[in-house]
Amino acid sequence: MADLILTPNLDNADDFYAGLLAAHDGLSKTDSDALNARLILVLANHIGDADVLAQAVKTAAKKPG
Amino acid sequence: MNKIFEVPLYAYQRSPDQDAASPARHQAIVIGAGPIGLAAAIDLAQQGVEVVVLDDNDKVSFGSRAICFSQRTLDIADRLGAGRPMVEKGVQWDTGKVFFDDRQVYEFNLQPDTGYANPAFINLQQYYFENALVDRVRELQANGAPIEIRGRNKVEAIGTHDTHVTLEVETPEGPYNVETEWLIACDGAGSPTRRMLGLEFEGRVFEDNFLIADVVMEADFPSERWFWFDPPFNRGQSALLHKQPDNVWRIDLQLGWDIDKEREQRPENVIPRLKAMLGEDVAFDLEWVSIYTFQCRRMERFRYGRVLFAGDSAHQVSPFGARGANSGMQDADNLCWKLKLVIDGKAPELLLDSYSRERTQAADENITNSSRSTDFITPKSEMSRLLRDAVLDLSEEHEFARPLVNSGRLSTPCTYEGSSLSSADALDGPGITRPGSACPDAPLGDEFLLPKLAGKFTLLTIDADAPERIEEDGVEATRLALSVKDDLTLELKRRYLGDATSAVYLVRPDQHVAARRDTFEENAFRQAIRRATGKE
Repeated sequence: MADLILTPNLDNADDFYAGLLAAHDGLSKTDSDALNARLILVLANHIGDADVLAQAVKTAAKKPG
Repeated sequence: MNKIFEVPLYAYQRSPDQDAASPARHQAIVIGAGPIGLAAAIDLAQQGVEVVVLDDNDKVSFGSRAICFSQRTLDIADRLGAGRPMVEKGVQWDTGKVFFDDRQVYEFNLQPDTGYANPAFINLQQYYFENALVDRVRELQANGAPIEIRGRNKVEAIGTHDTHVTLEVETPEGPYNVETEWLIACDGAGSPTRRMLGLEFEGRVFEDNFLIADVVMEADFPSERWFWFDPPFNRGQSALLHKQPDNVWRIDLQLGWDIDKEREQRPENVIPRLKAMLGEDVAFDLEWVSIYTFQCRRMERFRYGRVLFAGDSAHQVSPFGARGANSGMQDADNLCWKLKLVIDGKAPELLLDSYSRERTQAADENITNSSRSTDFITPKSEMSRLLRDAVLDLSEEHEFARPLVNSGRLSTPCTYEGSSLSSADALDGPGITRPGSACPDAPLGDEFLLPKLAGKFTLLTIDADAPERIEEDGVEATRLALSVKDDLTLELKRRYLGDATSAVYLVRPDQHVAARRDTFEENAFRQAIRRATGKE
């Protein structure tokens, strides 16, 4: 079973975060929420591995693994 | 109480220029005796350039203002002969702690590796920093160096010409006219020089106010940088606590946009805020209180003919990251050796345009970093705040989220990527010393590398042969011959060789790498000197 990566893994954390904020810039809260929902689905598909995704959901829900 | 910033340090004195039949002409005039103006003047005077500093005041900065000085700034100050008293007086720190709500989420160490003469950062009130520079000016004067500070000399008008600049200067005894071949404007964010020349200065305004307070207290908080997001004592906002010398503590409290500034600065309103933060039973005195707002912006160019802008007059950033005074020091560092070569006729005026190019690149880097920190610290939308809080929430337990926490990306020297002064990299060496980089320090037994690279072009050879000196079109480079054996800690090897077995570096007078290759090749290094002086 593959492990969810919980150590730093982004090439450039600041660039990623700035890009994320830029994508939300000017959107209403509803549109921002919808963007986040689409983003989660896109990323989940990229990850693919069901075990990893299940661990990610638990981590985000802040439930003991 | 006579505090250092209340005593005139360069009181007004009548200058012979005020009685001259026709205006005296100087080689260089610096407007503004802040950290950057003083640094630039010292740098020029050390190279024998005759320089006058004009300041509309006669004292060091009022209140602590800039307090975080970086290793690069201290390395520059060492080259200017003023670094030691700063480090001796300053508070050294390398640990930062981040709090979210009522709990610590993580802590970081600024510089885990060793082998540098100077600490990663010191905290020092700006008035002490300036005082050390003024002391150095006095020392240079005692040794006959051509440097002068004129207090209460306010520049009222500027005329630009092809060969010189004319100034009208107001003094307590009336106005006088004076001329200079080169003018360096270090007159701060509100630069009157910029305004008098009608130059635009636009950028992004951040709609937020910050209360800045220096308190004197006997407290056992450690010498660390403590940063709070959304703490109980300042709900929905941020806070910073940082130690300075003399038991002075810097406190920064975000206040939001819609506030009554005058009211918020009154002690009866400031003190309860501080008590909520420090605890009811902590005794303290307020030394200095101010409210600031900020913008992130820069001038389009830093050179306009014979007028050069450096420091806050040329660029402004948010305070998060200590990128204001530290970047200004790098401006002065970049400018002065170039100006000296141009004044001596050893380089074309075009070399000064590289000052503008390299330092606007640095300013853009600083603006990007400080804007991002500001966006994280003071989220401007509900989603931005949600994402920020999610990062903080996860950072407590998960290491992956910590690089996303942004309470200020602390100042590092700019690498002049793609500079026209650099030659193509011809060494399979470490990235940190690629052409354009500021040379990192390295231990050499009981000594350090950087003082040996100061103020001239150097051919740094590591286990490589080269002539003791080469001269190309009036510009000389002298050799510093080292071996990896000179540093048993192997930092020299790690920082300058990497996997290579030998290296030759051409290092600029400001300690930035101009060129490097594995062995000395005369034509290549002659060409590198030409490039580094704006001749190719």
